[in-house]
Amino acid sequence: MNTAIRQSRGLSLYAFAYLAFLYVPVLLLPLFSFNDSVFIAFPLRGFTTKWYAAMAADAEMHAALWNTLKVGAVASLFSTILGLLAAKALTQTAPLRGRSLILSFANLSLFIPEIVIGIALLILITTVGVPLSLTSVIIGHVLICLPFAILVLMSRFEGFDASLEEASRDLGESAWMTFWRVTFPLVLPGIVASLLLTFIVSFDDFMIAFFLCGTDTTLPVYIFGELRFPYKLPNVLALGATILVASAALIALAEWVRRLGAEGPARDRVIGA
Amino acid sequence: MLLSPTLAVLLFALAAPIALLLLYSLWTQNGLQLDTSPTLAQYAAVVTREGYRVLFLRSVAISSVVTVVTVGLAYPIAYFVAFRVKRAKFTWLLLFTIPFWTSYLLRVFAWKVILGFNGVINSGLMSLGLISRPLEFLLYNPTAVVVTLAHAYAAFAILPIYVSLEKIDRSLLEAAADLGDGPFRRFLRVTLPLSLPGIIGAAVLIFVPTTGDYVTPTLVGGSDGVMIANLIQVQFGRVNNWPLGAALAISSMAAVGIIAVSVIQAARLAVARIR
Repeated sequence: MNTAIRQSRGLSLYAFAYLAFLYVPVLLLPLFSFNDSVFIAFPLRGFTTKWYAAMAADAEMHAALWNTLKVGAVASLFSTILGLLAAKALTQTAPLRGRSLILSFANLSLFIPEIVIGIALLILITTVGVPLSLTSVIIGHVLICLPFAILVLMSRFEGFDASLEEASRDLGESAWMTFWRVTFPLVLPGIVASLLLTFIVSFDDFMIAFFLCGTDTTLPVYIFGELRFPYKLPNVLALGATILVASAALIALAEWVRRLGAEGPARDRVIGA
Repeated sequence: MLLSPTLAVLLFALAAPIALLLLYSLWTQNGLQLDTSPTLAQYAAVVTREGYRVLFLRSVAISSVVTVVTVGLAYPIAYFVAFRVKRAKFTWLLLFTIPFWTSYLLRVFAWKVILGFNGVINSGLMSLGLISRPLEFLLYNPTAVVVTLAHAYAAFAILPIYVSLEKIDRSLLEAAADLGDGPFRRFLRVTLPLSLPGIIGAAVLIFVPTTGDYVTPTLVGGSDGVMIANLIQVQFGRVNNWPLGAALAISSMAAVGIIAVSVIQAARLAVARIR
């Protein structure tokens, strides 16, 4: 018995050490973003917000940020719509033929190095003869976001009671109205979670945008360019700290929404609505 | 019918580009002209040039180490959440995966800042008086690449292993204990084999993308840490030899696929023997 307790304590200690390994490197960015020195080194030189002021005045960065937000909004919307359709088809009660094959095809992009997706799309877009732009980045992002959208939405559809839809159809609603009034409200938390997750995947992506953005720089491509100049690093720190806080908040929100109602039976909320 | 838009996008944005990549790898770049008569010359170059072979082997070696280290470090964490945490499992999982969702580029950058010549570790140790000169072996080598990637891919290891551990029927563990297996034998003969699908899933999810990683070797690898993705990128950038870049990409994908499949088969056989 004593050994069991000791093992359990050892495991907890390890878990905390691992958490430190995960978080300390990331948290150094916000720490040094308030440090009054161009060099990212100890000892700390004093508190300043001047890197944030510099960031707020950087027009080039604002353009990149705006590009990234546009790409993220469109890519998350498209991948969530496509993921919704696919998840609905893949979780129907009558098992679909070739279900696992289609699912692996949709998830394939997870198993291909991003650089390969980037160059393959680069070749396609130049072959078609379209100039590189944010649109080409969006195409690439829809592709890498799709597995995440399908995963989140399928888990939402799996607990779904198909008899609710049948009841709606029996009571005379059209297929569209059934979707709108029954299916949609039930999977709404999944949709919101998928929108947030895919937005983050798109927002973070460097590799695909690096090959496909042409002259319309996105934020990660901009940051990568800035990393070559040591004197610009503090600005990157301020920007990085801001992004870290924003994306951690978005993720917590996405998970919270996804779990909303996941515990309680979905049925109650439809009837209550 | 519902699937057709999604399938259309996958065909256009995934299947077609990969097919074109394959086609390009059979062509030749002559200066600025593209010679479209099919040839295996690019693949011959990939196989015969020693510099390429070195990069291939190094990429595979680095990713293998990353995979083993990441899975090894993450397994106890997945085990901890699955078997030790009684309440708020979800919060624990979230805690372990939040860093994964924050910008990959920034996490790699953070390691560059930590391991650098004038970086956090060196300046910290120097201001504590523990060292008098910065340690040079921290940054710009394969070890820095391994550490950075093990940090970056942690969630890819924790989540699949956790899912497979959580699925294990707890009565099997009791049965093993009742039949006289100690905790260690029970782990080896019941828990470990049953969590193998998660381990394999994690290994594939880490090994495949890390072999083709570009950002980490570029930012923390230095000249000894250059990997295959850097070579591919150069063909599409400075060197401007797309067919060779395509052949390098296809060959590395094929090599990684073959390695992944054979390791999975070997793991299955090994477990069958333990049982």
